[in-house]
Amino acid sequence: MLFPPARQPATAHRVVITGAGVVTALGVGWKPNSEGFRAGRTAFRPVTLFDVSRHRVRMAATVDLPPTPPPARLSARQLARLDRAGVLLLLAACEAWKQAGWESAENIPLVLGTTSGGMLLGEDYFRQAVQTPRHHRHQPTRAFHYQAQTQGRLVLDALGIDGSITLLSNACASGATAIGHAWELIHHGQAECVFAGGYDVLSEFVFSGFGALQALSPTLCRPFDARRDGLAIGEGAAMMALETLERARRRDAIILGEIVGYGVTIDRHHLTQPHPEGDAALATMRLACHAARVTPDDIDYVNAHGTGTPLNDSAEALAIRRWAGERAASLPVSSTKAAVGHLLGAAGAVESAVCLMALREQWLPPETTFRIFDPACNLAIVNKPRDARLEVALSNSFGFGGVNATLILRRWT
Amino acid sequence: MSRIYVAGLGAVSPAGWGIAAFRQAVEKRTPLPIDPLERPGWEKPLRARLIPAPVARPASMSHPRLRRASPITHYAAAAALEALSGLQAGPDSANRVGLIVCLQSGCVRYSYRFFEEVLADPATASPLLFPETVFAAPASHAAALLVNTPLVYTLIGDPASFVQALALGAAWLLQERVDTCLIVGAEEINWLRADALWHLEHAAIISGGAGALSLCRDPALSMGVELERVTEAHSFSARKNRTQAARAMRAELGEGVAGELLCDGLGDSPRADGPEKAAWSDWVGPRFSVKRILGEGLMAASAWQCVAACDAVATGRFPAAIASLVGCNQQAIGSRFLACSKTGHRTCSEAKAVGSCLRIGRPG
Repeated sequence: MLFPPARQPATAHRVVITGAGVVTALGVGWKPNSEGFRAGRTAFRPVTLFDVSRHRVRMAATVDLPPTPPPARLSARQLARLDRAGVLLLLAACEAWKQAGWESAENIPLVLGTTSGGMLLGEDYFRQAVQTPRHHRHQPTRAFHYQAQTQGRLVLDALGIDGSITLLSNACASGATAIGHAWELIHHGQAECVFAGGYDVLSEFVFSGFGALQALSPTLCRPFDARRDGLAIGEGAAMMALETLERARRRDAIILGEIVGYGVTIDRHHLTQPHPEGDAALATMRLACHAARVTPDDIDYVNAHGTGTPLNDSAEALAIRRWAGERAASLPVSSTKAAVGHLLGAAGAVESAVCLMALREQWLPPETTFRIFDPACNLAIVNKPRDARLEVALSNSFGFGGVNATLILRRWT
Repeated sequence: MSRIYVAGLGAVSPAGWGIAAFRQAVEKRTPLPIDPLERPGWEKPLRARLIPAPVARPASMSHPRLRRASPITHYAAAAALEALSGLQAGPDSANRVGLIVCLQSGCVRYSYRFFEEVLADPATASPLLFPETVFAAPASHAAALLVNTPLVYTLIGDPASFVQALALGAAWLLQERVDTCLIVGAEEINWLRADALWHLEHAAIISGGAGALSLCRDPALSMGVELERVTEAHSFSARKNRTQAARAMRAELGEGVAGELLCDGLGDSPRADGPEKAAWSDWVGPRFSVKRILGEGLMAASAWQCVAACDAVATGRFPAAIASLVGCNQQAIGSRFLACSKTGHRTCSEAKAVGSCLRIGRPG
């Protein structure tokens, strides 16, 4: 029963990560992504998924999908109906599931973050309804499957699980809030394990939206750089298997890391612009630190939201400086959006996975497009590959509409 | 203590703006008239129940954030404000309001307009439209209106997700992260959404609007209604089809109290209604089917079901009410609301606790 809840545990549960799956333009899976983020590779290429000839910007970080979907318990009919978003999600889900060593079971809650789910099917529906309204072929399937819950059901069926599906759409903070919500469910004793993450696919609708806002960089995505002139769009997915420390130990699981804190707030300043002094970002970092019982001095790396837009980066930089105080001068910060673009609903989940990789393998993800220091973003930006001793990492995600979320991860030794 | 109460209700529906118009339509039990909705390329229009213009323009619409917002935001904001109207939740209040806005189709009007412009020429597509197409936009605008809203989520999914949001709001309250939690379900109407519904259910009559419940911990602030339970979210999967999920939800709701009301989700679609009908086939008690009166409002209709259940209990017509939500492609989930006093004393069946009240409607 969801309510009333089971009795609250006397002490909050520790939440560990025992599986992680990542898909970005750098590759499919932990290894190519870890190598790519560690080296600071960028993965942008000309957009071929739709016509961009009338667009000012024609590059994005698109994923090369493998020729066949991952092995899963899907019927031939389900496989035939898989859309690009579903494939991205399944690739990440299958990797995380396999790594966690979880077994098919009832009641493993699934929490997903996305901004547009199966938008590509929605676009196809729109085109046909408008251009050839009397042709119905495929329209019922598109009307049914463009909704994010069908992709959630796909994960349940692919893995043979039967839990609740919670879909959060807090814009670009969706992936972070999905993992944060999963963390809360376990931390507060409402679930023993949760499968959580985020996904989003590159679509003409969203690409054109950011284009219309003149928010896309016509040059390079270079967050916090003095010449930054916009963001770059990407696509991807990341999933994490989260469980209580007790459960992980009980089954001798390999623990990849621990999520120790989550904070979420709302920035009411404007629908698309952050408060110029980063008030909400400051509040969410403080909340997450409070939950994690750490101070800025304990944080070894910040994976910034860092979109590359002038307003976001200056506001976030100010918030980090206000939050970290003197520590800000030496606190390593980077935005991995410079490598794979803004993954929207997947961003927070993928960036948490990058933090996990960095913590496990002891390196800092460089932002190699950063060249010229901006006094308005007075941060210690990591722009060259380097190894480092990391114990605790913080990941920021801020969304259109103002939902700001911060996750804090700790290295597992 | 893990008890949660309903503090207020709000509704915008084809019956009009506000709970009074909603209540009148539901009590009358007569389906509202059907409006034609033009579908380009077709001579025969689609069938809809449209939302009338408000008798008096709500003050909220003049808020700077709402001036250019889509109708769905206006519906959500109006329902939210009505649900909070009995509480001290204004800009100067220390009352921390959590907000969860639930959507299935979301901001379809601006999405339609924006993508139409993109297909015509992406170089001239309006930058004003795109931000309003985002699922999170209505919640963002409503949060700006309400001011003291530390926690704001947008939940998407099939219509049964509204009840999931009730449980999430209750959790926020029990964790003392907010003092009041608003749960809003909203949808807006355009021909494309109606066309999609028509492809899935020819008989369905599209509608839109919003419904809102405000939840609190303090019984003194309640309207005499307690949230007694929310079942598990029974997902549809290869392991459990819609019929099985609906039955599992029914079974988990357990035995009710004498005179309990069932607010079901039955509409005008025999195929879609089948699993829910089967799950409640032995129900002999009173029932409201708000979708048959107001139309297929998707997430708004789920909110109306819960609003109708709470309103029936709050006005003393029923000692308890169930909202049964069997969604279209995600899950079945149910909730029960009980009458209570301002001290939190359960007043169903002469103050007997639900466990000792007269049982009716055993699961089939």
